[in-house]
Amino acid sequence: MEIVVFLLFALLALASAVVVVSHRNPVYSVMSLVVTLLSLAALFVLLGAPLLAALQVLVYTGAILVLFLFVIMLLNVGRETPSGGTGRGQKIGALVTAAAFGLVVISLLWGRFVGIEMPALTVEYVALKPLARTLLSKYLLVFEMAGLLLLAAVIAATVLARKVGKSRGETV
Amino acid sequence: MTGVPATWYLLLSAALFCIGAAGALTRRNGITIFLSIELMLNSVNLSIVAYARIASASGSLLASLDGKVLVLFVLAVAAAEAAVGLALFIAVYRNRREIDINRLNLMRW
Amino acid sequence: MSVALAAMLAKIGLWVAVLLAVTPVMAWVERRGSAMIQDRLGPNRVGPLGLLQALADAVKFLFKEDLTPSAADKPLYYLAPALAVVPALTTFVVLPFGPEIEVGGETVKLLVADVESGVLLFLALASLGVYTLVLAGYSSNNKYSLLGSVRAAAQMISYELALTLSVVAALVPVGSFRLDEVVLYQVEGTWLGFLPHWNVFPQFLGFLIFLVAAFAETNRLPFDLPEAESELVAGYHTEYSSMKFALFFMGEYMAMATLSALAATLFFGGWHFPGIDYTGHWAIVALKGFSVLFAKVAAFMLLFVWVRWTFPRFRFDQLLRLGWKVLLPLAILNLVVIAALTIGGVL
Repeated sequence: MEIVVFLLFALLALASAVVVVSHRNPVYSVMSLVVTLLSLAALFVLLGAPLLAALQVLVYTGAILVLFLFVIMLLNVGRETPSGGTGRGQKIGALVTAAAFGLVVISLLWGRFVGIEMPALTVEYVALKPLARTLLSKYLLVFEMAGLLLLAAVIAATVLARKVGKSRGETV
Repeated sequence: MTGVPATWYLLLSAALFCIGAAGALTRRNGITIFLSIELMLNSVNLSIVAYARIASASGSLLASLDGKVLVLFVLAVAAAEAAVGLALFIAVYRNRREIDINRLNLMRW
Repeated sequence: MSVALAAMLAKIGLWVAVLLAVTPVMAWVERRGSAMIQDRLGPNRVGPLGLLQALADAVKFLFKEDLTPSAADKPLYYLAPALAVVPALTTFVVLPFGPEIEVGGETVKLLVADVESGVLLFLALASLGVYTLVLAGYSSNNKYSLLGSVRAAAQMISYELALTLSVVAALVPVGSFRLDEVVLYQVEGTWLGFLPHWNVFPQFLGFLIFLVAAFAETNRLPFDLPEAESELVAGYHTEYSSMKFALFFMGEYMAMATLSALAATLFFGGWHFPGIDYTGHWAIVALKGFSVLFAKVAAFMLLFVWVRWTFPRFRFDQLLRLGWKVLLPLAILNLVVIAALTIGGVL
C-alpha cells in the first residue's frame, strides 16, 4: 500500500519535473512545478512530516509560485523561441548533469543505505511539539536570523522592483 | 505491510535534482532557469526529510528532528531568494525588455 | 461495513451536499437581499417567493452556449474553472461540527480529517484558490481578464498574511492547531462571568482583521477588484460562459461558506452554543452541533451579502495600502499582545 502511494507520487513528480524544465511556455512550467511540489508534499506525509507538507503547500505553491505567475504575467514573458540548434555550452551542461546523475545512482546503489527499510513511524516522530521545541530552543538563533533574512529580502525586493524616477535618469 | 526502501527516496531526489540541474544549465529563459533552481531546492528537501526518517531509527529523536528543522529553514531561504530574484527580473526587464540570459551579457568582459 | 467507515462516508457526504446546496440558496438570498436593500422586489415569479429561481438559473446555465475564445490557451482555459471548486471541496475536512459521539460502542469525532496540523492544512488548501483566478485571466487572452488576474494575485497574496496572522493569534491561547480543541477551549467557562468563552471577546481586533481579509480573499465587495465590472467588464471570468462560468460562481460561494465556518469555529465557539445540552442520543447530538454551526455560518453569509450591497468598491492602490500598511501591522500587534496576555496568564 505504502509502495503504491510512493510510486504514484514519485512518477507524478518525475513526469511533471520533466515538463517544468522542457516546456517552452513558462506558465506551463510553473503549473507543472505546482504538481511536482504537491507530489513532494504527499511524500513528506508518507515520511512522517505532515507539518512540512502543509508548510510546503502554504509557502511554496500558495505564495512563491503565485509570485512567479504574477511576474510572468506582469512582464508578459512569451514562449522561448527556438535558437536553431543547441549551443556548445548546453551540450556540455547536459553531459555533465547526466554524468553526475550516473555517479549519484552508482553511489546510492552500492552505498550504505541499500537494503535499509524505513523505520516505523512513531507518535513522537510525527508530533509537532518536539519539532517546535527544537526550533525555538536549539535553533533559536538561526530562527531569528531567518526572520532577519526575510526582512532584508523584503527591503531588497522593494528597492529593486521600484520604478526609478525620471529625475534620477532612466538608465541604471 | 512492506515499507518503501530508503534508497528509493534518495534515488527520486537525485533524479529530480538532475532534471532541475539540466534545466538550469540548458534553458535560456530566465524564469525557467529560476524554476529549475526551485526544483533542485525541493529535491534536496526530499532527501533531507528521508535522511531524517532514516536517522529516527537510531532511537535519538533529537537527531531526526534536526532534519525537519533544516527543511523549515530551506523554505524560509527559498522564499527570500524568490522575492529578490523576481525583483531582479523585473528590474532587468525594465531596462532591457527581455530576460533571455544569452543576451544579458553587459557584464561580460 | 465498519462504523468508522460508515461515519467517515456520512460526514463527507453531509459536507459535500451542504456545500453544493450553498450556491443555489445563496444566489436566491443575494438577489432577494439586494432587492430588499435597494427597495426593489427581486426575482419573485418562479415558485413561492421566487424560491425556485435558483433552479431556473441552473437550467439556464446548462443550456447556454459554451463559448471558447479561439485565441485562448485551451488546456489552461479548461483547467481554471475546474480548479475553482477544489479549495472549498477540500478545506472542509478539518472543520469540526459537533462533539465526540458514541456510535455502536465506538467513539466518532465529528470532523473528517483528525490531523494535528489542522488549521495549517486549511490555510494551505485555501491558498491554492489563487490559481483559478490567475489561470482564468491568463488563458482567456483578453486584456481585461489579464488585468483582473494580476490584481487577484497581488490582492490574495497580500491579504493572506493578515488572515494567517489573525488565525495564529486565535490559536495562541489554545495551544493547538486542531480545530476541535479550539472549540473545546471556547466551551469551558465564561468571560467576566456572563459572556460565553468565545475567542471573539478578547480578540475582537483579531476577528475584525480576519473578517476584512476574508472579504479580500473571497473577492467580495468592497474588495472585488479582480472582477470590478465598471472597469474590467467582468475581470478574470469575462470570457467564460455557461457551466464554466457557473463553476466560478459556485467556487466563490463555497469559499465564502468554508471561510465563514472557519471564522465561526475560531472566534464564535464553532458547534457550541451556551445553554444547549450536548448529551443524549448520538444522532440528536450531531444534529444539534451541525445546526448551531450552520446557523453561525448562515449569519456570516448574510453579513457578506449585506456588506456587498452597502459599501462602494475600493481603488486598487487603496486596497493594497490597507492590506500592507494597516492590516498587517495591526495583525502583528494583535499577535504580540495576545501572546503576551497568554504568557501572563490572562487568557
